[in-house]
Amino acid sequence: MSSRDAIISRVKQNQPPPSPLPQLTNYDQHYEDLLQQYISILRFIGGEAHIVNSYEQVANILRGSFQEATRIISTVELTGLAAEIRPDIGDPHELENVELFITTSNLAVAENGSVWLRDEQLLARALPFISQQLAVILPKESIVATMHDAYDVIGQARYGYAAFVAGPSKTADIEQSLVLGAHGPKSFTAFILV
Amino acid sequence: MSDTTGAEKRANAGTKKRKMGNSVQDHATLADTFNKDEERVEWHDNTLWWIRQKRDKAAHGIIEWEELRETASQIKNNVLSNLSEYLGQFEARAKENGIIIHWAADAKEHNEIVHGILQRLSINRMIKSKSMLTEECHLNEFLEQRGVEVIDSDLGERIVQLAEEPPSHIVLPCIHKKKEEIGQLFHEKLGTPAGNADPQFLTEAARQHMRDKFLTRRAALTGVNFAVAESGEFVVCTNEGNADIGAHLADVHIASMGIEKIIPERKHLGYFLRLLTRSATGQPITTYSSHFSTPRAGQEMHVILVDNGRSIHLGKPDFRNSLKCIRCAACMNTCPVYRRSGGHSYHTAVAGPIGSILAPNLDMRKYADLPFASTLCGSCSNVCPVKIDIHDQLYKWRQVLVKEGHAPALKKAGMQGMTLTLNNPGMYRFAGKAGRWFMRNVPFVLNNKMNPWFKQRDMPEPPKQSFTDWYKKNRKP
Ligand code: SF4
Repeated sequence: MSSRDAIISRVKQNQPPPSPLPQLTNYDQHYEDLLQQYISILRFIGGEAHIVNSYEQVANILRGSFQEATRIISTVELTGLAAEIRPDIGDPHELENVELFITTSNLAVAENGSVWLRDEQLLARALPFISQQLAVILPKESIVATMHDAYDVIGQARYGYAAFVAGPSKTADIEQSLVLGAHGPKSFTAFILV
Repeated sequence: MSDTTGAEKRANAGTKKRKMGNSVQDHATLADTFNKDEERVEWHDNTLWWIRQKRDKAAHGIIEWEELRETASQIKNNVLSNLSEYLGQFEARAKENGIIIHWAADAKEHNEIVHGILQRLSINRMIKSKSMLTEECHLNEFLEQRGVEVIDSDLGERIVQLAEEPPSHIVLPCIHKKKEEIGQLFHEKLGTPAGNADPQFLTEAARQHMRDKFLTRRAALTGVNFAVAESGEFVVCTNEGNADIGAHLADVHIASMGIEKIIPERKHLGYFLRLLTRSATGQPITTYSSHFSTPRAGQEMHVILVDNGRSIHLGKPDFRNSLKCIRCAACMNTCPVYRRSGGHSYHTAVAGPIGSILAPNLDMRKYADLPFASTLCGSCSNVCPVKIDIHDQLYKWRQVLVKEGHAPALKKAGMQGMTLTLNNPGMYRFAGKAGRWFMRNVPFVLNNKMNPWFKQRDMPEPPKQSFTDWYKKNRKP
C-alpha cells in the first residue's frame, strides 16, 4: 500500500465519531469609526497612514520622501514621480534594487491594520517583500471591521497567491526588542482615499 | 554576486552540527543546568511573563474572545472527526491548482522526499523558513549528511543555527539568548564589530547577510499554518516576510505540513487568524498571512503531508485533542516550569506543556520525563486558543507512564506518594496539614534545591488553615 493510502486508512480507522461544524457568527460591528480604528492599529504595528483626497496628493507626499529613490515601481500613474508603471517582470531576482513599490488594495481590516493584496496587485509575488519600502493606496470604503467580514468579501474568489499584509516587516527575535525591517520592507504607508 | 567572506564560510560550516542534538538527559537534569545561572532564570521568566501579559491585553480587547476560542475548538474537533475526508479533498483541490502532493508516513520518508526533489533539480543549497515539523523530522541534519546546505531564514532560527543549538521556543527560537551573546556570535560568524549588541544593528547585519542567501538559493522550504480543504490553498504566517521572500524567488517551493493542519473552509481562517497571533505575541495579526494556491509561472510547488505518528495518536481518545494545536506557544509563555527551566530542558522540537503531551506519542520511553515537568496548575489550558485540555492530558500521561513502568526514577517516589495520598482521604488531609506545618516552620526543607519546582523561588506564604479546616470550624451546625 502506498504511504498515502496507508495514512488515509489509518486516519479513517482512528478518527473520532462525527463532530459537527459549529454555527458561525459574524460578530457585530465593533468600531464606531472604522477609518480611525484602522489608522490607530496600523500606527500601533509600525505602519504609517495618510488620509488623502486624490492621487495628486499621494504623489506629492511620496515625492517629498522619495526624491532620491533610484528605482520605484508602481501599479498606478503618479504625476511627477519617476516610477516604472506596471513593468513586465521576468525574473524576480531583478527586483533586488527596488526601493519603493506602490500598489492599490480594495480590502483592509480595521481590527488588525492589514490590507489584502492579490497577484494582480503585486505584479510579481516577490515585489512587496523585496522592495525596501511599501505604499498601498486604498479607498476608505474598502475598510471592514474584522477578519470575518474580510473573508465574506473574499468569498470563493480564486487567486494564485494573496496575502494580508499588516505594516512593515518586523522582528523581535533579539531580546524582544522590536525592529522594523527584518527581511521585507522597512516601512509601510497606507494612503486612504476619502 | 556572492563573494563569500571567511566569516560566512565559517557561518555556513557552523550549520553542520548541533551541540544539543541527541541529548539523553532528562528534563530535571537539563533544568538543573539552566538553573545554575539564577539571574538568567529570572530574566527568562520575566521576558516570557511579559509576553503572556501582552497576550492577555490583546485577548481582552476582543469582546467575543471566549466565543472565538469555542468556535475554533469546535472547528478543530470537526477536523479530527472527518480528517480522512478533508485530506482527500485538500489533495484533490491542491492538485487542480497545480500543486504537487506527497505523502510521508514518517520523518524518514519526509526527508527523502525533500532530498529527492532537490536531487532531481541538482540543487545543493536550500533556504528554509520556520517549520517545527522539519525540526521534528531532523531534516537539516539529514540533508547536511547528504551534502545539502540548509540555511534557516527566520532571524531567531538563524541565530540558534549559527550557535549550533536547536530552537528553545516554537515562536521565539532564541528567547534564551541575551543580546550580548548574539552580538558576540555575529562578531565571530558574520564579522560584525566586537561589542556591538544593539538589536537594531544586529538585525540589519542579519538582513544584509540573508539577502544574498535569498537571492542565490533555488529551493525554499516553508512550514504551513493552515491548509484549506475546500480550496486547496495553504496559509503561512510570518512577521519577517522570510517565508515569502524565499518562496517567491526560488524555482521550487516545498511546503511541509503535519496532516492535522487542515481546516475545512476558507472562512474558518478568520477565526484562527484572529486567535493565533494575539495568543502568541499579543499582536493583532502577523505582518504576513500568505495564501498560496498555485505555483507562480515557471515554479514548482510541492506540499508534503506528514503523518509521523499523528494517525496513531488520533486513535487515543485521551490524547487526540492535542492534535488541535495551532502552535501559538501561549501555553509555554504562561507555564511556570517552562519559564524557569528553558526550552532546551525539554529535549524535543516542541517544548513546554504542549510538547510534553505530544512527544510521548512518538516515543514513550525517551520522553517519559516530560509529562512530569509540570505543576498541573492549569494555566496552559486556560490560555489555549483551541481549548486543548493540556494539563488534564499531562496528568493522564503520568498515569499511563507509571503503569507502563516509564516514570522517571526521581519523580517516581513522589508520584507514588501522591497516588497514595490522593487515593486515601485520611492520608490526604494529613499530608496537607503536615505540608502546611512544614512550610510555616521549616520552609527551607521545601524551599531548597532538592525540590525541583521551587528552585530559585520562594514558596508562597502558606495559608494557616486549609479549606477543610476552615470549613470544619465555620460550618453551621
Ligand atoms: S496547545 Fe494551545 S496554547 Fe499551546 S501552542 Fe498549541 S494552540 Fe497554543
